[in-house]
Amino acid sequence: MKAPDFAYARPTVLSEVFDLLDGDGDVRLLAGGQSLVPSLNMRLSAPSLLVDINRLPGLSGIEARDGVVRIGALTRHGEIARSALIAERLPLLAMAAPHIAHAAIRNRGTFGGSIALADPAAEWPACCLALGATMVVASRAGERRVAAGDFFTGLFATALRRGEVLVAIEIASPPAGSVAHFSELARRRGDYAIVGLAAQVARAEDGAMDPRLAFFGVGDRPVLAEATRRVIAGGGGIADAQATLGRDLAPTGDAECAGATKLHLARVLLGRAMAALRTRGDA
Amino acid sequence: MTMSVAMTVNGKAVSGNVEARTLLVQFLREHLGMTGTHVGCDTSQCGACVVHVDGVSVKACTMLAVQAEGSKVTTIEGLAASPEKLHPMQEAFRENHGLQCGFCTPGMVMSAIDLVKRHNYAVTEEIVRHGLEGNLCRCTGYHNIVKSILAGAQAMKAAGV
Repeated sequence: MKAPDFAYARPTVLSEVFDLLDGDGDVRLLAGGQSLVPSLNMRLSAPSLLVDINRLPGLSGIEARDGVVRIGALTRHGEIARSALIAERLPLLAMAAPHIAHAAIRNRGTFGGSIALADPAAEWPACCLALGATMVVASRAGERRVAAGDFFTGLFATALRRGEVLVAIEIASPPAGSVAHFSELARRRGDYAIVGLAAQVARAEDGAMDPRLAFFGVGDRPVLAEATRRVIAGGGGIADAQATLGRDLAPTGDAECAGATKLHLARVLLGRAMAALRTRGDA
Repeated sequence: MTMSVAMTVNGKAVSGNVEARTLLVQFLREHLGMTGTHVGCDTSQCGACVVHVDGVSVKACTMLAVQAEGSKVTTIEGLAASPEKLHPMQEAFRENHGLQCGFCTPGMVMSAIDLVKRHNYAVTEEIVRHGLEGNLCRCTGYHNIVKSILAGAQAMKAAGV
């Protein structure tokens, strides 16, 4: 056996999940399992109980309500990649989906699972930040909503408290004229990004840009480049924006490359994004 | 923790008692003796373990057997109608020299069929090459694998499978 021994439960109602989360020991939720099961196999995690939430009704699917797209936490990456509603309303997610791992993994891995795991090099947390998403969190006490900007609190760390379950993500449709841009650098397609950029850019009729630029793979969590946003919104060019990015990001090195290289690569992605947005016909 | 598990594998109802930590690929290989599904990397990189669960490709080393409870699983052993008549995709691999050592082949074929169905038979070389990002061939025989899948897609369409 590769994984350490653990107990397994497959509840069919949310109240049962809350009961199980109240128990002693290291209790972990199992959604798509595409990060958790490999980490069990490599014995990097040793939970005492896995609570498989895949059979819970109502946690999956994509629907539009009053200008907001609600994505159930158990919605698979592949469903998002193939959704006509997502392509129309939230094209940033459709652009990012093909970069997530490989087809067989996208068939199992979930939107909510990736967000709750909060890998700093993952695509979905950065997209949520760029889109100003709201996390819908349930517990025995009821539901609460957490803004994406407050949700990612550190390396694999989120604002989720003990006993809470991420049940859905709500994302308001960007205003008319707003455009999405997604790019990442990885050694192989499907690997975690060395550096990536998820951007949602509002544009005025005079061409002025107000970009929400979420960089990932640059620290312990995805980062919104606010100083750079102000420079671009004020009419700054590519070189000004690239110079300013050093005030927003302070990447540390990892197994891929040094922090200074990451900052350089983030500047490259920013330059490419700005050039692409200027020449795009729909922009 | 030992649990009972029941599922359908290649159209046949199967069940067993397994530890919760048993992976689907271990259940197939060690409990059912179906060794067509291979284990390559153990870390969901290589794709040798790809099977279909409820009609879509899944890496069987990254799913617990108990998670497949009640599911319909198809493995490489379940594709051919008979020992004499291979699935069109298997036949295409044979015709186009789509395998060298053969270790990655079961996963390649299972991924290929899911890819072709997902694109409603309309695959191009670019789609196939991107679609194989999760399947590694250590003989580096990709060129003929891509050729096989393009031919297999046509054959699947013609055969209506």
